[in-house]
Amino acid sequence: MKSTTSMATAQTEEKRTTPPIVCKVKQPRFHIAKRMDISFSQLTLIHALALLAALACGGLLIFALGHNPLEVYCEMVRGSFGSATARSETVKMAVPLLITGIGIAMAFRMKFWNIGGEGQILIGGIAATAVLAYMPGLPYLAKMLLMALAAILAGGIYGAVPAWFKTRWGTNETLFTLMLNYIALQLVRYLMYQPRWQDPGTKFPKIFSFGAENVLPKVLGVHVGWIFALILAVLASLYLSRTKQGYEISVVGDSSNTARYAGMNVRFVVIRTIFLSGALCGLAGFFTVAGADATLTESTAGGTGFTAITVAWLAKLNPLVMILIALFVALLQKGSISIQSSFLIPASAADLLIGLILFFMLGAEFFCSYRVMRSSRSSQSSGMKAPSADRSSGASSVKPAEKEA
Amino acid sequence: MTFDFIKLFIAAVFAGTPLLLGTLGEILTEKSGNLNLGVEGMMYMGAVSGLAGAYYTEIWFNGAGLPAVFAALIFSFLAGCLGALIYAFLTISMRADQNVTGLTLTIFGTGFAKFFGELMGQKAGGYVKVAAKTARSFGKLKLGGLSKIPVAGELFFHYNFMVYLALILALALAFFLNRTRKGLNLQAVGEDPSTADSAGIPVARYRYIATVLGGGICGLGGMYMSMVNQKGIWVPECVSGYGWLAVALVIFSTWNPLRALYCGLIFGGFTILRMYVPVPGLATQLYDMLPYVATILVLIATSIRQSKEHRQPAGCGHNYFREDR
Repeated sequence: MKSTTSMATAQTEEKRTTPPIVCKVKQPRFHIAKRMDISFSQLTLIHALALLAALACGGLLIFALGHNPLEVYCEMVRGSFGSATARSETVKMAVPLLITGIGIAMAFRMKFWNIGGEGQILIGGIAATAVLAYMPGLPYLAKMLLMALAAILAGGIYGAVPAWFKTRWGTNETLFTLMLNYIALQLVRYLMYQPRWQDPGTKFPKIFSFGAENVLPKVLGVHVGWIFALILAVLASLYLSRTKQGYEISVVGDSSNTARYAGMNVRFVVIRTIFLSGALCGLAGFFTVAGADATLTESTAGGTGFTAITVAWLAKLNPLVMILIALFVALLQKGSISIQSSFLIPASAADLLIGLILFFMLGAEFFCSYRVMRSSRSSQSSGMKAPSADRSSGASSVKPAEKEA
Repeated sequence: MTFDFIKLFIAAVFAGTPLLLGTLGEILTEKSGNLNLGVEGMMYMGAVSGLAGAYYTEIWFNGAGLPAVFAALIFSFLAGCLGALIYAFLTISMRADQNVTGLTLTIFGTGFAKFFGELMGQKAGGYVKVAAKTARSFGKLKLGGLSKIPVAGELFFHYNFMVYLALILALALAFFLNRTRKGLNLQAVGEDPSTADSAGIPVARYRYIATVLGGGICGLGGMYMSMVNQKGIWVPECVSGYGWLAVALVIFSTWNPLRALYCGLIFGGFTILRMYVPVPGLATQLYDMLPYVATILVLIATSIRQSKEHRQPAGCGHNYFREDR
């Protein structure tokens, strides 16, 4: 390697007329350039290919375990959408994913990394359960409304606290919101032993069951949460794209300095938005305790806060697209439970697959915003024109000096 | 309120070691300018792969004891490297967002560990447990006369080999970062990649190598959780939050491996304090919040009194595109 470069320099010393071609060995075979625009069909194609590649990766793993990947995938679809009961279970799983996903998308649009969805769901669940524990005598409608309101407020405040510290002192919000997850979880464990909270029928640490008179009504086999989730998705989409506050979120997300120069109160916008984000997660907690589970447990959140991050990101933070993505992720989760019983493949396969899909989607983003091109021979020999060729020659000419040092 | 300080100190060292390993790995990663939030995931991957390495070495090669220990070390390190390599490829070559990629790595790593842990359990017919001989190799060392010195012997020369390995790693990392040309180059890459690039330092290569090795060290920390804390039995929740505590400890130790030593010790102490210092009237479930509450309080405190020297590497969290200069 060293000899070739020195030979090249020797050549150039002989013929002074040609520019030095030191870079010849180092010239990259490919170079990339930013795409100016991309058509919708190209975008769809790239994402479809990424999804296929992720499923193929998962398929390889299934094959390595000694199963037919196609059969397993078919069983996943059948297990999640094949029957009326399976369908309602899948939708039940999608509801908290969708609501939490919308909440997380609000925060992520401002580049506020709220990964405390898990804790905000739990706090919402705790607040809703507290209404039942301390005010059992209220009429049904008042009780439900009060529970929802308590969950929204509790989740919102639980989110707004780290936002306040973030805007005041720049406290790291990722770790702050995450630590609050564990604190909320310990709080649930604590409440399991407390009078008024512990199930009177048992000595085990367990929170009382709500009973049929205290749960949300069902529509088409699933608690009404799904209707609210759909309405919320539409409202959130309008809020983000059509209102002044939604516009403020976008500006703060792009550049908080721009927002400040434009006269926005950035601190207020951040705290308000994260309050909304936490409030939505809290509401998801309410629907889980009062709709799906009819009680509060350690696994009320059960990873939803994290999975919702992938839902939000896969949907590119767009609440309407999130409806489909939430259903798809719920399919994977419900389907994994059914392949566990029929193929003995552990149900955590869902998390593995979701992770893989998101990895491939993140990789696919690259091909959406950049083009990879083969470097042409002509620009290589002339050593100019293309900026990338310039750069690499500049970098490689430093090389020998560094080698000697 | 009486308690045995020596016992508390020893327990804190044992509990702090996995935190220290995770912190060291993340310091190396962040010094290169990659904010990898996937520590929890890489620790999980290390935990399950280390256990699997040891377990299958015992079964297939009849290698209970030292061979299994080496397998655990190697496989946990490689698993951490693999997780970090995915992260590095996506953020450095594919220019993906560092925060989201790190979070995905955590989700993926947790799923990876739970999936393969459960699968091993199924194949083993119940649950996975390494041989007593292997578990003993992770037990306390007897360092001859040193361990017999009163008090000091108990305080400093009575741990398992992983504790000393972590200590040596911390010293080596401090030496590497501050005293070698490569270490200084790495810090330059993390602080200001475009300047480093102009000086002829291969930014991408430094970032790749630091991130992957850092992930490997996190993997070792995860292996400690499954092999030492759980004594070689697969417990699906074995890492549960330690990876995130490690990310926070990087901030508290101000990106300094030597400070990470006592930060790890203090937070290791917080996680086991309940067993050694009872507080009457405080429920255990609330006492268990201590490490998390302490993390939040220290986070707030460090953010209030920010100093110029003790801050995150300036390039950390941002991908470097040469063309964007």
